[in-house]
Amino acid sequence: MRISADELARMHRFAAHGYPHEVCGILAGKRADSEVLEVMPLVNERADSPANRYRVDGLLVLRAEQDLEARGLEVVGYYHSHPDHPSRYSDYDREHALPNMSYAIVSVMAGEVSDTRCWRLSEDRSVMDAEQIQVGASPATQER
Amino acid sequence: MSVEIRIPTALRAYTDSAPKVSVEAKTVAAALGELVERHGDLKRHLRDDQGRLRSFVNIYLNDEDIRAQNGEETPVSDGDVLMIVPSIAGGGPGTDTRKR
Repeated sequence: MRISADELARMHRFAAHGYPHEVCGILAGKRADSEVLEVMPLVNERADSPANRYRVDGLLVLRAEQDLEARGLEVVGYYHSHPDHPSRYSDYDREHALPNMSYAIVSVMAGEVSDTRCWRLSEDRSVMDAEQIQVGASPATQER
Repeated sequence: MSVEIRIPTALRAYTDSAPKVSVEAKTVAAALGELVERHGDLKRHLRDDQGRLRSFVNIYLNDEDIRAQNGEETPVSDGDVLMIVPSIAGGGPGTDTRKR
């Protein structure tokens, strides 16, 4: 997955601001190139367990995706934060993951972003494989 | 009864990139059954080991959640549109916790 330094920094700001709750959103861009051009935050509905769960209703995700498509963007994947936990996926993440999508997880320890890793569900749903994150030039120097 | 099933982006890899698939069926269950019969790799992503729809998989019949109707036994009519609409969900390790 490729992402600009500016958009990665935005994702990190959302994750830090949301601490100690989980934040989540869409990674939008070009699927063919696995390139993220825009990080789009969504509202976490899991008010019952916000420190270690996120959920966004399917229709809200669909509407957001349609808005992105109207601007020529596709869904490359999704991101969420793990407050006070590593950026490794949990069993709960794997059980709820969609195939063919990049899942970026931002670890936020004591309010500070620690690290970010990206994962992709295996075909048999048994594991999520690590996906490299390539941080590119900022959007100001990219053609968007 | 020809029913159109709309396929979300994440699952189009299993329908030869097709965003919609038309099937002949009389119920939602039969329509989904026909879909996975044709595109077998879809099944594990739609249903769990017990054959239930996964918790994040929502099915809408003409813009109404089938849970508000008769679930998968909801009848379908010619020209109906079924949408597979995944929620996104996940989170850190451990069981659900109380708000802190």
